[in-house]
Amino acid sequence: MTAVGIIAAAAGCYLLKLLGLSVPESVLDRPTVRATAVALPVALLAALTAVQTFASGQALVLDARVAGVAAAVVALLLRAPFLVVVLVAALTAAGLRALGVA
Amino acid sequence: MVGVQRRGQSHRAAVTGSTASTAPAGWARRRRLVARDAVGVGVATGAYGLSFGAIGTAAGLTVAQTCATSVLIFTGASQFAFVGVLAAGGTAPSAAVTATLLGTRNALYGLRLSSLLRLRGIRRLVGAHLVIDESTAMCLAHEDDPLARRLGFWATGLAVFVLWNLATLLGALAGTAFGDPATYGLDAAVPAAFLALLWPRLSSWQTRLVALGAVVVALLLSPLVPAGVPVMAAALVAVAAGIVWREALGGSPAGTARAS
Repeated sequence: MTAVGIIAAAAGCYLLKLLGLSVPESVLDRPTVRATAVALPVALLAALTAVQTFASGQALVLDARVAGVAAAVVALLLRAPFLVVVLVAALTAAGLRALGVA
Repeated sequence: MVGVQRRGQSHRAAVTGSTASTAPAGWARRRRLVARDAVGVGVATGAYGLSFGAIGTAAGLTVAQTCATSVLIFTGASQFAFVGVLAAGGTAPSAAVTATLLGTRNALYGLRLSSLLRLRGIRRLVGAHLVIDESTAMCLAHEDDPLARRLGFWATGLAVFVLWNLATLLGALAGTAFGDPATYGLDAAVPAAFLALLWPRLSSWQTRLVALGAVVVALLLSPLVPAGVPVMAAALVAVAAGIVWREALGGSPAGTARAS
């Protein structure tokens, strides 16, 4: 099932890239389309961040992930590079769990 | 595959500096500059590739599946979304839809690139796979010269492809060595990765409101619908924003200002 999903996502992403190279600029290059394309990654990444931070199955929970993401926010405010942000989040959550706090 | 904006700007500055002082004879130097930058960008994306590989296997994908994702989907945010939705218990179809929705910006990059690269036949089919944030930013950074912009696109696309996939493999192997992801905090690394990808896009109050709206929609729906659906539903916030703020959000030409 995962393999089918990978192939479907790959096909979808590839066809979008090819579509852009293939259609006349006037077809897609409209303000509404451009604006939606700018807003889509923002909405999806924000939703993914929220769901991955708070959701456990269908329940919303507060656990060590929240502290990890909060630490990531601090790292981002300090302009830390991507890998550092991710590591800070993982280490914070892992540390709290090791201490038995969360 | 993010953070292009800053890199793109520095390229632009470097390029204007070099073209101002050189004649056509400067092509050799320009070629070196473009090639060096392409490799630099490729190395920089390696860090994301490492994280993606580790998160992929932590999310339950095999090493082979994680690597196949990088080879076949080859657009960073979509890949993170794909494994993220699966990790949260979403179905493969909802993961694929979310990944594809995140890939729509590449269509706009393609639009911008098509007149600059004029790819035909097999080159277009191969080149399409390499239409990503980095290759678009490098092509646009060297827009002034037909040879340089072609080299910028191909060299960057190929450098990122090779190094992204290498890094994915290394990260995936490292990820399998960890064991239960929760113990090590990898389940906190996933949302942190999404947040880091989101961060540079929160540059205007409109995008911040879009993000806020998407968070509210996703969290309100989470207890009510199957995993994976809340994220897809949040895409409707983007559609609404695209209509309401079409001038504010869509004003800049495709694939320039928002290259990341």
